[in-house]
Amino acid sequence: MSALTPLLAGLATGAVRVVDLTHSLDPDFPVIILPPEFGQCARFRMEEVSAYDHRGPGWKWHNISMNEHTGTHFDAPSHWISGRDVPHGAVDEIAPEAFIGPVCVIDCSDETDPDFLLEPAHIAEWEAAQGTIPAGAWVLMRTDWSKRQGAAYLNMAEDGPHSPGPSAAAIETLLARDIRGFGTETVGTDAGQGAHLTPPYPAHYLLHGAGKLGLQCLSGLDQLPPTGAVLIAPPLKIKGGTGSPLRVLALVEDA
Amino acid sequence: MTPRAPMPYDGVVATAPVSVPYQRYSQKTAHWWIAAALRLVLRDAGLAKTALDGLTVSSFTLFPDTAVGLTQHLGLCPRWLDHIPMGGASGVVALRRAARAVQAGDARIVACVAGDTNQIESFRSLLSSFSRFAIDASTPYGYGGPNASFALLTDRYMAEFGATREDFGRICVAQRANALRNPGAVMKRPLTMAEYLAARPVSDPLALFDCVMPCAGAEAFLVMRAEEAARLGLPAARIAATIERHNAHAEDPIQLRGGWTVDRDTLWEAADCAPGDVDLVQTYDDYPVISVMQIEDLGFCAKGEGPDFLRGRDLTIAGDFPHNTSGGQLSAGQAGAAGGFIGLVEALRQVTGTAGPTQVEGARRALVSGFGMINYDRGVCSSAAVLEAA
Amino acid sequence: MTEPLAPPPRKDPQKRTVSPTLPPMARSRAALGLTAAAAEGRFALQVCADCGAVQYPPRDACAACLSPDLVWRDQPPGGRLLAETTIRVSPQLYFRERMPWRIGTVALDAGPVVTAHLHGDVVRAARVRMTARLDRAGQGVLVALPAAETDTGTGTGNGTGNNTGTGTGTPHMEDDPLMRSLTCDPKHRRVLITDGRNANTPALIAALRAAGAAAVYVGMAEAWRGAPVLEAEILPLDLTDSASLARMAGEYGGKTDILINNARHLRPGGVMGGNPVFAREALEVSALGLMRLAQAFGPGMAARSADGTNAAAAWVNILSAHALIPDPAMGGFCAAQAAALSLSRSLRAEFRATGLRVMHVFVGPTEDDWHQPLPPPKLTPNALARDLVQGLRDGLEEVWSGDVAKDIRERYAASPKVLERELTGGGA
Repeated sequence: MSALTPLLAGLATGAVRVVDLTHSLDPDFPVIILPPEFGQCARFRMEEVSAYDHRGPGWKWHNISMNEHTGTHFDAPSHWISGRDVPHGAVDEIAPEAFIGPVCVIDCSDETDPDFLLEPAHIAEWEAAQGTIPAGAWVLMRTDWSKRQGAAYLNMAEDGPHSPGPSAAAIETLLARDIRGFGTETVGTDAGQGAHLTPPYPAHYLLHGAGKLGLQCLSGLDQLPPTGAVLIAPPLKIKGGTGSPLRVLALVEDA
Repeated sequence: MTPRAPMPYDGVVATAPVSVPYQRYSQKTAHWWIAAALRLVLRDAGLAKTALDGLTVSSFTLFPDTAVGLTQHLGLCPRWLDHIPMGGASGVVALRRAARAVQAGDARIVACVAGDTNQIESFRSLLSSFSRFAIDASTPYGYGGPNASFALLTDRYMAEFGATREDFGRICVAQRANALRNPGAVMKRPLTMAEYLAARPVSDPLALFDCVMPCAGAEAFLVMRAEEAARLGLPAARIAATIERHNAHAEDPIQLRGGWTVDRDTLWEAADCAPGDVDLVQTYDDYPVISVMQIEDLGFCAKGEGPDFLRGRDLTIAGDFPHNTSGGQLSAGQAGAAGGFIGLVEALRQVTGTAGPTQVEGARRALVSGFGMINYDRGVCSSAAVLEAA
Repeated sequence: MTEPLAPPPRKDPQKRTVSPTLPPMARSRAALGLTAAAAEGRFALQVCADCGAVQYPPRDACAACLSPDLVWRDQPPGGRLLAETTIRVSPQLYFRERMPWRIGTVALDAGPVVTAHLHGDVVRAARVRMTARLDRAGQGVLVALPAAETDTGTGTGNGTGNNTGTGTGTPHMEDDPLMRSLTCDPKHRRVLITDGRNANTPALIAALRAAGAAAVYVGMAEAWRGAPVLEAEILPLDLTDSASLARMAGEYGGKTDILINNARHLRPGGVMGGNPVFAREALEVSALGLMRLAQAFGPGMAARSADGTNAAAAWVNILSAHALIPDPAMGGFCAAQAAALSLSRSLRAEFRATGLRVMHVFVGPTEDDWHQPLPPPKLTPNALARDLVQGLRDGLEEVWSGDVAKDIRERYAASPKVLERELTGGGA
């Protein structure tokens, strides 16, 4: 019997659910803000080319533009300076097997401090309950941050954004498990104040330096079990691309 | 240096005055109206079309044609042709051009014709493209056309010389009385001074009866040698003297006098008579203030005394100062460039004794005056002629 | 004396909106010199370069000496009214709708005698102060304003425009129907400022309120970044996002009487050393953003350009004077400004038939973050706001705000090439 047959049967019966972890690409969706003298991440933009009208009578379509890191998106190792020399570090070079794997969800949604940092202790606590994070796992940090709207999402103050993320030590811990990649519900894999950690932006710096992948602006992590689901996160095949907006899906088998 | 006196028009006459009855609006073209006038003038003179070897044409609505296009349009083959775009001064100017041509032998029989149509839209389009200065500096200011320009002149004249609306009304009321005797006049109802004063204002201080009514119509006459007229059995008028002048007194801040003041001595000397010697006067009367100005500038009285001069006179056909005996444009209507002919054609009828119901008894000598072309803020062209029974 | 203008009642939804009509549009090429002067608020006439004779109406050769060398020069604005008329009948629709209409003959101190529109407060035989204004057809016309009898009118316009028409006058003279037909006074009008994040927005809001604007709306892009607190109704609006423009135009397009586009994206950087990402964003905001804004708000405003006291009146684009000629240190930004100017002129042509005015306010370096390292003079938000409101009150098309913008305008008019060398080194 084919290995895929039970999966297809599960999908057909609903025993396997497909969960969409993606925000709509929307001009109003926030992007990361850097100091204005730096180049900025382009917001998603959509320009109507025709809409069954004189510009094209029988069809409607749009030109769209955005950054590789706009909306729910994928970070390749080549995104960060630490990953610049990682072999096959661009999105089009990454072997497709890398995009699909088991997913562990660490629930931090009870934390109320916007500057909450995921520490090794939290991982240890999770592993105590769920078992050791397996090699090749996607690890997602659930904060329910995706439920925030408007200005609350970046949570910008005069000293910059305030949103949760991992500490350097937490990332080191995950790297020790040889994870596949790390994902968050916030605008980046790092905390809002990640610039002030050591090293700065530890998730980006350490993950990509180790050839690992990143996912951010995820939504709906509350629909995933702590373990047992499969994450499918293939980016667009952009030549030399450092990342890509993408549709992130999880396959969840109901208990 | 005193200019040399002009040569007399010895042996040349004007004859066969015709008017095509005016209409308020017409769907016909200027070509049609001009053709109607030529047909009438040839019929009256008993001439074939081929007998015409000279032609002058005056019209505002002939566009895109000129006199040239008209020759082919009407199948004429003149050896002398002139287009005279001088509006209210056109009649006298056509006469003096034609007379010299005949005198010099450049032409034998010249038809001088003026005609315009008046379609619903044509007055608006005429105003909007009248002249470059008008386009640039008049029409954007209320688009009042000549009404507004003459309102400003009238306003200034009244302020300067103490003229009243009654002074202008007297001219209009007398002309209406004259028009009632002219079956071709557009205005058929009597006009009282009370009605004049109570009329709807148009452009202060001008009111309805100060303004001519644009209409369609045509006027024509012939110029030929006296013996030719006699051979044809046509009553004819001698051309005693003529003048024309353009853009006179440009330095005057506002027009209170016209070019006649420059040339009137030449006129009266050549005609060998004085203002008091004429039996009737035909002024260009697009607005009554202009008639007053002509009466002053042609020497009947001093500048500013026109209102007083007229107060003591009766301007009707039977009066002591017969003026605009056909009713003038104010009561007969203004048929475009034909308005520059109406006084001359009527004067020809008067001195040849063919004016019928408007005839001034014993009229032997007439003064005709023309005034034309509000290029910007004033009339640029002035002309005048003294005509006498041949 | 002029009756102060009452705030307009709310629009009667059962009445058809009045279609805009225009006064006569045609002018000779020579007469367009008056339009050019009026666009900047200057009272200028043709002067013979050979004999000095001042001419009017505009012509192609001197009426005194036949020289073809006629130049437009600012003239002393004084004059005296010689004659007047109140026109009550006109065959032209624009004037028919506005009867009675008062004009007069004015003897100018400068020499010529002219026909001019008369302000309602000008009395018979009075001294007047002449101005050149743009009429609803966007063409220059002469307007006689009331002047004190002692006003000898010996002063001249200041050459570089924005001869703002302040000075002697009468109370509420800006409310005269003639002035309302010629100007874009913010009084009783509703104004949309497109970019609430621009440093000049608070000053613009204050100046417009002081000028009697009935409402001030302010567009705010990317509300998720947090927004400055402003004394205005805030609308989510982003010139780079067509959908946001369509949404806001749907709600506010029909009650935007004056639109002030102050959005821009300024980053230093030339051509080889500049960042195309910045240049692209500058073009997205200034050029394509203007086009998107016009597609969203233009039709609604164009349809309301004859809609009573608060008819849509003006579209204002605040532009760098370097739209004319670049500051090479800001090559990308200047290119976007030049593109915006070009589009704005095309937009002006498209609005022409409606009488809606497009006004440019040109600025030099402004007092804001991006010009912080530059030495003065820099244009303060208050000075910009003052010039902009005065430009609306004078119905201008081109406003040069501040010394640097005026200087660039003059030098550009004198010689673009010389100015280019001076801006790129090589001027001693």
